[in-house]
Amino acid sequence: MKIGVYVCHCGGNISDAVDVEKVAEFASRQPDVAVVRSISHMCSESGQRAIIDDIQQYNLDKIVVSACSPQFQGETFKKAVAKAGLNPNMVVMANIREQSAWPHHDEPENATEKAKILTAMAIEDIRKKEPVEKVTLKMGKNVLVIGGGIAGIQASLDLANAGFNVYLVEKKPTIGGHMAQLSRTFPTEDCSSCILSPKMADVAEHPNIHLMTYSEVLEVNGSIGNFNVRILKKPKYVDEDKCTACNKCTEVCPVSVPDEFNLGMTMRKAIYLPSSTAVPHSHVLDEDACLGLKPLACGLCSQVCEADAINYDDMPQYINLKVDTIIVATGFDIFDAHLKPQYGYRKYRNVINALEMERIIVEMAEGHVIRPIGKDIAFIQCVGSRDAQVGNLYCSRICCMYATKLASLLKRMDPSREVYVFYTDLRAFGKGFEEYYRTAQELGVKFIRGRPGELAEDPESKKVVVRVEDTLTRKIIEKKFDLVVLSVGLVPGEGTVKIAEMLKLPRSADGFIKEAHPKFRPVDTPVEGIFVAGCAQGPKDIPDTVAQASAAAARAMSLMNKGEYEMSPIKAFVHEDLCDGCGLCVDKCPVDAIKVAGVAEINVAVCKGCGACISSCPRNAIDLRIFSNEEVMAQIDAALRDKKPGEKRIIMFADDMCTYTLADGVGTAKLKYNSNTYIIRVPSSSRVTPEMMVRAFEKGADGIFLGECEAAVSPYPDTLKVIEENVKKAREMLARAGIEEDRIQYSPFVTVMFKKFVALADKMLRMAEKYGDIPEEKRRRLGMEKVIYHE
Amino acid sequence: MSEVIYMGEKNKKLSEKIEELSGEKITLCEQCGICTTSCPMADDMDITPAGIMRYSQIGDEKVVDSEAIWICASCFTCTVRCPRGIDLAKVAEALRELNLRKNVDHIDVNHLDEELNELPAIAVVSALRKFTS
Repeated sequence: MKIGVYVCHCGGNISDAVDVEKVAEFASRQPDVAVVRSISHMCSESGQRAIIDDIQQYNLDKIVVSACSPQFQGETFKKAVAKAGLNPNMVVMANIREQSAWPHHDEPENATEKAKILTAMAIEDIRKKEPVEKVTLKMGKNVLVIGGGIAGIQASLDLANAGFNVYLVEKKPTIGGHMAQLSRTFPTEDCSSCILSPKMADVAEHPNIHLMTYSEVLEVNGSIGNFNVRILKKPKYVDEDKCTACNKCTEVCPVSVPDEFNLGMTMRKAIYLPSSTAVPHSHVLDEDACLGLKPLACGLCSQVCEADAINYDDMPQYINLKVDTIIVATGFDIFDAHLKPQYGYRKYRNVINALEMERIIVEMAEGHVIRPIGKDIAFIQCVGSRDAQVGNLYCSRICCMYATKLASLLKRMDPSREVYVFYTDLRAFGKGFEEYYRTAQELGVKFIRGRPGELAEDPESKKVVVRVEDTLTRKIIEKKFDLVVLSVGLVPGEGTVKIAEMLKLPRSADGFIKEAHPKFRPVDTPVEGIFVAGCAQGPKDIPDTVAQASAAAARAMSLMNKGEYEMSPIKAFVHEDLCDGCGLCVDKCPVDAIKVAGVAEINVAVCKGCGACISSCPRNAIDLRIFSNEEVMAQIDAALRDKKPGEKRIIMFADDMCTYTLADGVGTAKLKYNSNTYIIRVPSSSRVTPEMMVRAFEKGADGIFLGECEAAVSPYPDTLKVIEENVKKAREMLARAGIEEDRIQYSPFVTVMFKKFVALADKMLRMAEKYGDIPEEKRRRLGMEKVIYHE
Repeated sequence: MSEVIYMGEKNKKLSEKIEELSGEKITLCEQCGICTTSCPMADDMDITPAGIMRYSQIGDEKVVDSEAIWICASCFTCTVRCPRGIDLAKVAEALRELNLRKNVDHIDVNHLDEELNELPAIAVVSALRKFTS
């Protein structure tokens, strides 16, 4: 083994505080080190050239670069060693800039000592490192889109136009979703179904889209690149291709049931066209409403069908698909106003919800009066949103604007109407929204700041009495209205809840599907290869839904387009000779990547590489690539080597995503913390086993700190729980050896908690100083505790 | 003429005292007014329930001296309807407590007022309980 060590000056950034020549001289005395250089700018063309030339000239097989953060220049040096023919894993960076020269810039001696140890840790790390092959998956071009609302339609069209194969599954007999039911869209007042229906038609005609309506996803197995999907296609009893939508069957059908498209305010027949713009444009026979199919009780529809499209023997079909990625666009349900009984929904004749108002206006425009609406109309905002009493703390985002729109439309239709909107905060945040609010005010819509506690019905006139405190004048106002419209909020649809459970997608506190990162991965779910679009992720308006759907389509394309997908090579693996198939690791895996078939097997497509499984294995049979037990142990040992009596050393395990980035940030800001803290980078601190912690104390550590991403931003679910358990076990071992338990600490971090980081680092040192040195015999006892623990 | 409230230390102190005694976070109130029109006694109050919350947030002394806090029937309708989950009944109780601490209607048992004698016994007992400490 021949190692080359390169110490960077960083043009003074490092060399002003750290004596780089001393570090280089120290490195040259380390085992297996063949070449040592100190160079002004390692990342420059000439710096990289030096590495490449040395590899070729001296046959170096491993490289250590003592310079800046691997998060900053790691890729640069991986590429450089790859150019020289080495495996990209054959380079390790010692972060002597962000972790030494910068935070300890006013104590050059300590900074130099720490830089030496950081370099030694990197050298020991690389000595244990082995070449790691790329982990790639073959990717096809098949996408499953669940949900045929505007989100699913947009995502499907984008993907299909780009040449991908789309399976669009919709549980209703027609696509279009809620948007197809709306009157007009805010703030432009376009006719909703007029702008939507051409898109719906495009879906039906697109050669790359396989549309399955009246269908449900029953089961999804597998993982990215290989999802196996089982779909139930319910019988429509009408051949979509033959049906001409002539409506003769509907005319003769003797059965009437409430029409769900008009929210039950009108009736439809048992055989019916789901809506006037339905896609597929075909009638469907409602099995439950029909007088009887088995045996046939009526049969009138078949007699009049000239196209011979009706087939009473239609059966449910089960379809199995294999897809590479999935887009979840399962949408929302409106809040059930029954849950606010004080507003008398369905108890008082003249209290309706806003979606019903949409349908009334659409039907009115077509000349059908579903119900009288009268002159005086009130809207009540935030019904089911921002309400701790029903458990929905979130704002539904669209109600302010849809109420403004409906109020404006009502006012335009008949300016003599009195239209009131009772609100708490009017939120007009989007493009053109504030202007639209102003237009409504110009039309004479009255916005009153205050929400009623309850509604009452006038027993004679059946008008609805609204009593509200105008919180601006502090006066109670009372007025009778012909109609009260409840501006109901949005809740995760039944389908969204079901699909989230089926696909194991976590949901946020509001019940909607949680995105992988709230800022930078807003359409990814934590499950690789599954994306989310539209209101399944949270309440949003049509433009936001469409933007998100296109984003989800683009993200899916970026995974599939190359034909293969390169995953992070950091994956758990099993030493099959050690594994006895006990299965303890299975439950520890937060993403269900482990199965036991004789021995534990890891599904690399699912494994996220956190390492939470490792500590559960009683036989040390499970390990992590790139951050293996051996590599981490070697760094622990190097960090504690040649410790002088009285000297304090604290080991900090830093998860890559948050704590390590935070430590870099603290260094970059030149915030000072003690130089006794040595950071070891891990994907997640859950991979640090109790044994590792104990080993550190055995070797001379005075304290251990584990930093981990806060759950809300962590790429790995539930790792904090594993850390807690591991720390507990390690503390028990310390206690039995007579060492203070709280020398081990852990904390969640996000990348901006600069002050907390500095405070905790210094607290660890103060504690170590307070407790004093750990006597040698106690450290030795730890070795025995480890054996006991193992048995 | 508009009344100007000059916000000072005493406003801050009063708000904090109300929060301390009630155990409720009064700054959570978003002034929707649902409490007012849920309240069966609101019509008889000089300050509406939502108003009481507002003046409490500002720390305006007039809320402690209001009639409204004594008109409150402690029926808890506001509490079960508040969309922010504030227990308004507790806030009202805290305000009553603050009012009592001013000792405005203090009764000296040794020198009972003549008119007290005309009251029903139960009212006297109640008055003694409330106003003697």
